[in-house]
Formats: sequence, structure tokens, C-alpha cells
Amino acid sequence: MVMGSHIVVGIRQFFEQIGELSFFFGRFLKEAIKPPFEFSELLHQCYSVGNRSLPLVGITGFIIGLVLTLQTRPTLEEFGAVSWMPNMVGISIIREIGPVIVALICAGRIASGMGAELGSMRVTEQIDAMEVSGTNPFKYLVVTRIIATTMMIPILTIFGDVLALYGSFLVENFKGNVSFQLYFNQVFDALSFGDLIPAIVKSFFFGMAIGLVGCFKGYNCKKGTVGVGVAANTAVVMASMLIFILDFIAVFISDIFYDL
Amino acid sequence: MKATQNITSVQQSRAMPEAVIAIKDLRKSFGDNHVLNGFNMKLYKGENLVIMGKSGSGKSVMIKCLVGLMQADSGSIMVMGKEVAKLNRKLLDELRAEIGFLFQGSALYDSMTVRENLEFPLRRHQKKMGNNLDTNSLVMEALENVGLAHTVDIMPEELSGGMKRRVALARTLIIQPKIILYDEPTSGLDPITSKEIIELMLRIQKKYQTSSLIITHDVDCARVIADRMILLIDGINYIEGTFNELIQINDPKVKAFFK
Repeated sequence: MVMGSHIVVGIRQFFEQIGELSFFFGRFLKEAIKPPFEFSELLHQCYSVGNRSLPLVGITGFIIGLVLTLQTRPTLEEFGAVSWMPNMVGISIIREIGPVIVALICAGRIASGMGAELGSMRVTEQIDAMEVSGTNPFKYLVVTRIIATTMMIPILTIFGDVLALYGSFLVENFKGNVSFQLYFNQVFDALSFGDLIPAIVKSFFFGMAIGLVGCFKGYNCKKGTVGVGVAANTAVVMASMLIFILDFIAVFISDIFYDL
Repeated sequence: MKATQNITSVQQSRAMPEAVIAIKDLRKSFGDNHVLNGFNMKLYKGENLVIMGKSGSGKSVMIKCLVGLMQADSGSIMVMGKEVAKLNRKLLDELRAEIGFLFQGSALYDSMTVRENLEFPLRRHQKKMGNNLDTNSLVMEALENVGLAHTVDIMPEELSGGMKRRVALARTLIIQPKIILYDEPTSGLDPITSKEIIELMLRIQKKYQTSSLIITHDVDCARVIADRMILLIDGINYIEGTFNELIQINDPKVKAFFK
């Protein structure tokens, strides 16, 4: 009985969150097209989201390319299909692993950071102070951050993809004596615009989801300093879940186009 | 005796200049918790009005309704002749340019230096302040007013609690407001720093001829600064008068504040 009521409460809270998030997104769309525009803060956020994530995304991408190639090589060797390695790694990284891994890393770094930053601004009344200073805090804090993540995550994804492919090339060069030109010729031969475009398009949505959830959790933070921790934590969980859901939808839609 | 019957104005006959803030029958509830139950007050030009009440009595809610940070359930709030609830965003921002708000926890932007904290409202209220602003001299003047010119390029985290409060006061002053709202200006400060802040508030009021609304439960602060006081009890203005008048009232609810 008690467990049943917990489930009901949980389901109700889930749908409440979805409703509030949708309302928050609607407000973002409305405020984003209305002047005045906060260009300098947008640039600052792009720098913060993009430039400061470069080392993390770069190192992770490089290691993933390296590990993926090392792990896959023995299996391909068994079937005498090592020459397919650049094709396989290229397609899997560009189409799926690159965008999802970069988005998940950024969800951990950026969504939690935004959740904590806006949350602490909320509980220390900095957002109220901004409001009485004649600033629309939603526009200044939320709109700029969501646009910044939407623009920066695709760029970070491309950067991560390039380093992952380079990591994979290093293994192939070391183990199979494959030249740089041969390796990347094969990668690009295997890829088509049908692989690149959906990957880039979905990373825009991943970026938007990361910014949206991080800002939503932080901006609506309650219950003092405990609430700040909760906002940061739940922002990562919710953003990661949203990334997987969006990825599923993106794959589903791109599959329909492939079939046509 | 009902609380509403207890409302006593000790100084009804006193002649007052024009009211810059007039609150009439203000009500605000959070679920079943009725915080404000028909609160009334007037702040007159050039006066220091102290509102005292227990924690959770609705003082901060009232002050937030005043600047449009919260919406009241009913009642009217007139600030400088304008009904706050009826203003659109643009007009509300124009009105806010005339009101300084000192937050309880200072609310300095911790990602900005002291200079950037002070420049922020200046840029936002450019319409009032004009386009050809000498921001540097205005920032330095505001900081000199609070005796902290040397902190201009440091981050708020490097300041003590009292210094933060003074910088927040400088940020409030920089837009040259006609009304200043102080939300617990001395809370969390030691007695010496509290005294410094109170003296600073008095100096500023004298220099800029501002009208001040001070929310506090610090009796020492009220004694020094108040021209007039209102006790907010049970969501209403229970009693009002000068400090000396109120300490002589023989009502247990009133006496509890001055023990």
C-alpha cells in the first residue's frame, strides 16, 4: 500500500517535472527572440562552455578512439577484416559514439555547473538583485546559457570526433603500419552526408537539452544550500536521460530517411 | 482581543509630507499560511521607517512585493504614485531605477569583481543615468561613500561580511535612488560592524535625502535609525509610532520586541 502510494507520487512528480520543463522551454523560446539581446554575456558563456570544455572533450575523445581500435582489432583480425577498421571506427564514432559521449561528458561538466551556479545565485538572492537592477535574469542567465550550449556542443563534438579518429589512427599506424593518408582516405570513403548531417543535427539538440536542464534545475532551485546540491545532481541525471531519449528519436528518424 | 482591533496609530495627528510608498490592505498567502492579512503602511518623503517583526512574519515578503519580485494576492502597492501590480516590465524597470534594495545577504554577484558589481546596475539603468556616463568616477565615488575604494578590483569572496554589506550599499547607491529598502541590514554582523552600517545608513540618508524603509528585528538598529516604526504582527501593522512611544506601550506582544 505504502509502496503503491510512493509509485503514484513518483509518477506524478515525473509528469510535473516534464510539464514545468516544457513551460520553461516555452519561456526560453519566447524570451530568445525578444530584444534586448545579451550579446556580451552570450560570448562569455560560449567561451565558458566551449573553450573550457576543450581539454576534457579532447582527452576523452582521443582515449575512446584509441581504446575502441585496440579492443576491436583482435576480433577483426580473426575474420581477416582489419582493413575495415577505419571504416568501422569512422562510422561508429561520427554517427553515434562521438555525439553521445561528448554530450554525456558535457552533461556532467556543464549541466551540473549551471545547476549549481544558478542554484546558488537563487538562494543567495543574486537573481533577485539582478531583477531589481533592471535586468531580466531569465534573458541574461538562462537564454544566453542555452544558446551557448546549443552552439558549442556541435563544435565540441566535431573536435572530439577528430581526436578520436586520430587516436584510432595512432593504433593502426603502430600495429598495422597504416599511413595517415590511407587511414583518413578510408574513413572519408566510408562516410556520407547521411552520416554527418544527422550526427551534427542531433548534437545541436543535445546541447540545447544540456543547457535547458542545467538552467531549469538551477533557476528553480529551492531549499537553500541543500537545494543547490540537489539541483546540480539532478541536472546531470535528467540531462543524461534526455540525451539518450533524443538519441533514440534521432536514430529512429534518420532510419526512416535511410529507408526512403 | 482580535489582532485587527489592536491596530493603533500613536501619531495620527502628526503632519507628514507626501507618501512615496503607500500599501493598502496587502494580503499574501503560501497555501494555508496567511503571511500578510491586510497590511497597511505609508513611507513619507525623507523619513526612515522601520518595520519590525518576528522571523517569518512576512517582512521580507512585503518588501519583495513592493519591488515586484513577488505578486501579492490582493491589495494595492503605490510607489511614487504608480501602482506596482499594473506596471509592465519596462515601466517596472523604470520604477526600480528609483528604488535601491539592500538584500539581507548582500547578494553581490560572486562571479564579478566589486567594480563589475557596481557597474552592472549603472549599465542596466542607462536610460536614467544617461549614455555618457563616467562609470569609473561613479564607481569610485560610491565606494568612497562606504569607505571601501581600495576594494574596487577584488572579488566579493575576499571581503568580510561587513565589507560585503557596505559594497552592496554602494551598489544600491550608485543609481542614486530616491527610496532605499533595507532588508535586515545588520543581520549576521557583530555589534561594532552593525553600528558602522547604521552610521553609514544615517550618513547616506542625510547626504542624499533618501526615504528609507528598513526591515529589521535589531532593536538597537531601530532605536538609532527610526523616525517612525511599525510592528508587523499576525500579518498586519499591529502598532505604529516612534521608538520612544512604542517602548512605553503596555501590550505583551509589543513588549516582547523590546525586552
